[in-house]
Amino acid sequence: MIKHLLSAADLDAPTATLIHDIAAEMATVAGREVKKLPTLRGRTVVNLFYEDSTRTRTSFEVAAKRLSADVVNFSAKGSSVEKGESLKDTAWTLQAMGADAVVIRHPASGAPNRLVNWVHGSVLNAGDGTHEHPTQALLDTYTMRSRLGTVAGLNVAIVGDVLHSRVARSNALLLHTLGAKVTLVGPPTLVPPVFETLTPDVRVGYDIDAVLPEADVVMMLRVQKERMNAAFFPSWHEYSRRYGLDAARVRRLPDHAIVMHPGPMNRGVEIAPDVADSPRSTIVEQVANGVSVRMACLYLLLGGRS
Amino acid sequence: MAYKVILAETDIHRVLDRIAHQILEKTQGAGDVVLLGIATRGVPLAQRLAERILAFEQQPTPVGTLDITLYRDDLNRHSTRAVGHTELPTGGIDGRRVILVDDVLFSGRTVRAALDALSDLGRPAAVQLAVLVDRGHRQLPIRADYVGKNIPTALAEQVRVLLKETDGTDEVRLTEGTPA
Repeated sequence: MIKHLLSAADLDAPTATLIHDIAAEMATVAGREVKKLPTLRGRTVVNLFYEDSTRTRTSFEVAAKRLSADVVNFSAKGSSVEKGESLKDTAWTLQAMGADAVVIRHPASGAPNRLVNWVHGSVLNAGDGTHEHPTQALLDTYTMRSRLGTVAGLNVAIVGDVLHSRVARSNALLLHTLGAKVTLVGPPTLVPPVFETLTPDVRVGYDIDAVLPEADVVMMLRVQKERMNAAFFPSWHEYSRRYGLDAARVRRLPDHAIVMHPGPMNRGVEIAPDVADSPRSTIVEQVANGVSVRMACLYLLLGGRS
Repeated sequence: MAYKVILAETDIHRVLDRIAHQILEKTQGAGDVVLLGIATRGVPLAQRLAERILAFEQQPTPVGTLDITLYRDDLNRHSTRAVGHTELPTGGIDGRRVILVDDVLFSGRTVRAALDALSDLGRPAAVQLAVLVDRGHRQLPIRADYVGKNIPTALAEQVRVLLKETDGTDEVRLTEGTPA
């Protein structure tokens, strides 16, 4: 069984499906009177967050607590990191405290891969730079499966700031593994042609209106201002007009198609408020599914013999 | 590996008939009973008992399934196990008389885990235990209320219950030698 979860590319189809199956069982816990399982009693999970995050950190925290693990939240702000401590020294400190798993979010791509060498426990990548965010891809594919019955054979359009999006990268990799067809859509500055090499069958498109009639899933991405050091498009208004998902564009979608967004949303930029709140939107489900999927990942990585 | 057949198909039928009658007798007609099969082979056994209770006294009995993987006390001694399905019947278990159904009663640890799971799922009025085979060697103070057959065994021996629903045939075997 796998020990770390660093990249969506590390997951083969049977493992991803196993995580989906376990997540479906974990989801039933949320509907019970006692929302807790004793499974990871006595295990310690450290949330090591070098970047701001509400949803992912809280999601991992709830997931670990529902499995009865002890959770330590360590955020770079207000910690020894601000006094100049390196990732390696922080890792050794956590190791000395007996962390069974470290959930890490870091602005540098590849930081979780380095961390693996410095701690004995499992490492879960909760987002590293513009690289990967594998649990997001697992929860997104889980959401597709629960809404549309299957992932294999789906046409998935991922629209927006693909260049800076670890969500897009992890999703494109996992969707390929699970047999879905991915089209990356956005302005050429944010979806450079090099993305055609991400997986053997990924496609790149620049016209959202041409892609929508074929799409079973539209995944809208946030434009990541904080990672941009140049002008990637002329104006927000123009971006929204050419790539934003509004009610008129939603009407071009097949009736069964769903609208996804990993959050946080910029309402009125990449997605219109009435679209985000429509029955097609899975945005709230994605948050709930995130807890179930992360419970499944923690169980798979920590549940067995260490 | 060499094995001895302890219960053949007809024996299993008779034993389940008897347990169903005992349940009806002990629970005054099984009116408040919920049968919960412990995965894997407790599930078809619970369904068979419900069919018999219906046939004998026209009493429909809710049947559910209980997977105790996440409540095991030996999780960190094995590689990670897949998680099975847990499904309570509509109406739940609160205030009902829950009868846990399993194929073999051995150390008692599975039943201990099932009792823990139950207390997280609701508050039954009473919990009872029905097993097809009791092979002894208990490690916990647990006993069954309904026993199909008591089989004295050595620790190294293995009791295998085969059921049509899961294995294609109805048979209980006693195998010599050391389990994996």
